Amino acid sequence: MSSQNLKKTDVIFGLCHTTDVEHMLPGGVCKTNEEKFVVLKEVIKKDPQEIINEIIDSGLKGRGGAGFPTGLKWKFASLSPEPEKYVICNADEGEPGTFKDRDILLKVPAKVFAGMTMCAYCIKAKNGYLYLRGEYKFMVPELRKVLDSFHETIKKLGYDFHIDILLGSGAYVCGEETALMESMEGHRGEARNKPPFPTVEGFRNKPTVINNVETFVNVTMIQKFGVEEFKKLGTQDSRGSKVFSVSGDTPKPGVYELELGMKLSDFVDEYGDGDTKAVQVGGASGFCVPRKKFNDTIIGFEGIPTGGSMMLFNSSRSMYNVLTNYLEFFAEESCGQCTPCRVGCQQLIRGVRAVKCGLRSPDYLDDLLKLTASMKLTAKCGLGQSVANSFSSIVSNFKEEMIY
Amino acid sequence: MIENLTKKYGKSREALIPILQAIVEKESYLSEEAMNEVAKKLDISAAQVYGTASFYSFLDTEPRGKYVIRVCKSIIAEMKGKKEIIKTLENLLKIKVGQTTPDNLFSLLETNDIGWSDQEPSMLINEKPYTNLTPEKTISIINEYRK
Ligand SMILES: Cc1cc2nc3c(=O)[nH]c(=O)nc-3n(C[C@H](O)[C@H](O)[C@H](O)COP(=O)(O)O)c2cc1C
Ligand code: SF4
Ligand code: FES
Repeated sequence: MSSQNLKKTDVIFGLCHTTDVEHMLPGGVCKTNEEKFVVLKEVIKKDPQEIINEIIDSGLKGRGGAGFPTGLKWKFASLSPEPEKYVICNADEGEPGTFKDRDILLKVPAKVFAGMTMCAYCIKAKNGYLYLRGEYKFMVPELRKVLDSFHETIKKLGYDFHIDILLGSGAYVCGEETALMESMEGHRGEARNKPPFPTVEGFRNKPTVINNVETFVNVTMIQKFGVEEFKKLGTQDSRGSKVFSVSGDTPKPGVYELELGMKLSDFVDEYGDGDTKAVQVGGASGFCVPRKKFNDTIIGFEGIPTGGSMMLFNSSRSMYNVLTNYLEFFAEESCGQCTPCRVGCQQLIRGVRAVKCGLRSPDYLDDLLKLTASMKLTAKCGLGQSVANSFSSIVSNFKEEMIY
Repeated sequence: MIENLTKKYGKSREALIPILQAIVEKESYLSEEAMNEVAKKLDISAAQVYGTASFYSFLDTEPRGKYVIRVCKSIIAEMKGKKEIIKTLENLLKIKVGQTTPDNLFSLLETNDIGWSDQEPSMLINEKPYTNLTPEKTISIINEYRK
């Protein structure tokens, strides 16, 4: 059954911005370099402040998960008088169940590079980096080709900006912006204390804007079809569309672009297998929503914000297995720098196992919930802080599955 | 080789990871000699090189085969039959997860989400992804590498 309320869009992957399929160009892909970067040509004639104000006005929030207003981030970086600044595109995409940046980079890389250039123009940076997870190394030859034609076009436009590709080496925590910068500087990917934020002291301790792949594409599209058109999509709190990675118990796993602010029940009607018992929204670090709450759950910044990972589980699945799989993931990927996260992850695994096999009473789950709450408060970075999200939402909604 | 790599990437600390990545690409892992030499060339301590390398799962400090197989073990892979793929590979290569074949051709490892949850089960062989695996498909992929 196709839902009336789910609004499919084609902002990110297509050329057109309406939800009306009739308006789509065949294939929706630019054929020549000039076409690919034509927006850029217009944008670098504008006043940087005007562009920043447009991005602020659009209401665009970061698509990497945390949802910081993109225009403000750029504004902060633009205010610094420091002559050396950087633009980084975060393509580390390590969250379990997320693969949308893969498709964006495979299908519309020119839009990503154009967005990075607009950022560079606004904050006055000369160098940009695409930090690509090592698992996506297979894309590099193709991306380099696009970059070559990009650099050619940029030169023709008489503008000075260069983008390099750097590869990750298989560490989830390097998706965290400051860990990513540590890694770019040749160190272990251990998150830094914030503040200072990257817009003040980022890569090489210089003001840096770091955004998700999809965020940069959104900027390109806002510049292409205007703030007002962008604002027509989504809701007051969640402007625009979002690229979702849909996996698990679904007849049609894949990458889908939908307007923000949808009801989870509409999503499940469209992508579920008719027997969906829970959806994990936002990957292992996100929230598990049980069937009885589908109707009251909004996907967006006013409800559950997400980097786009949507994992569907039907009633044949054990939520205990889901939880332990996530906990093992966190325990392995913790950088080990701070105690709450390093020790906490291990204790949680041991704890749920002890309850499951009857070594501990079910009440012990409450102690574990307290432990995750203190991890949320005391862990140094988003990895340790977000363990509580999946832990508490799975344990509280599926308590009987944790015990029997 | 390391001489050439420092020519390409420079000798600053920022060159360290690209250099280590290039060595792994060539030799499948970072030997003690290689790490010591990198340390000397970049003028940092060997402990710093090892400390950095050991942080990253793709910068192996243990000997690995020519082809490193990394099977995704995240939850969706688990649901879609990852165990069967592991069993197939273990039987075919006559090794367990974590081991390398005696001819040094294959190492078999598990890894977290590799970005193909929509096409599970999945694996990487060196940098190449293989998705929608079945036992039959897995066997024919490995046989191609054996040729
Ligand atoms: C453990 C961890 C992993 C993260 N991984 C990613 C990632 O893979 N991609 C990403 O864009 N942001 C990731 N983030 C969020 C980044 O720290 C940062 O907020 C984001 O890149 C900012 O870009 P945005 O404002 O465009 O979303 C991660 C955060 C944490 C705590
Ligand atoms: S919370 Fe975890 S991943 Fe983040 S700094 Fe602490 S130990 Fe490292
Ligand atoms: S679950 Fe295997 S790549 Fe995501």
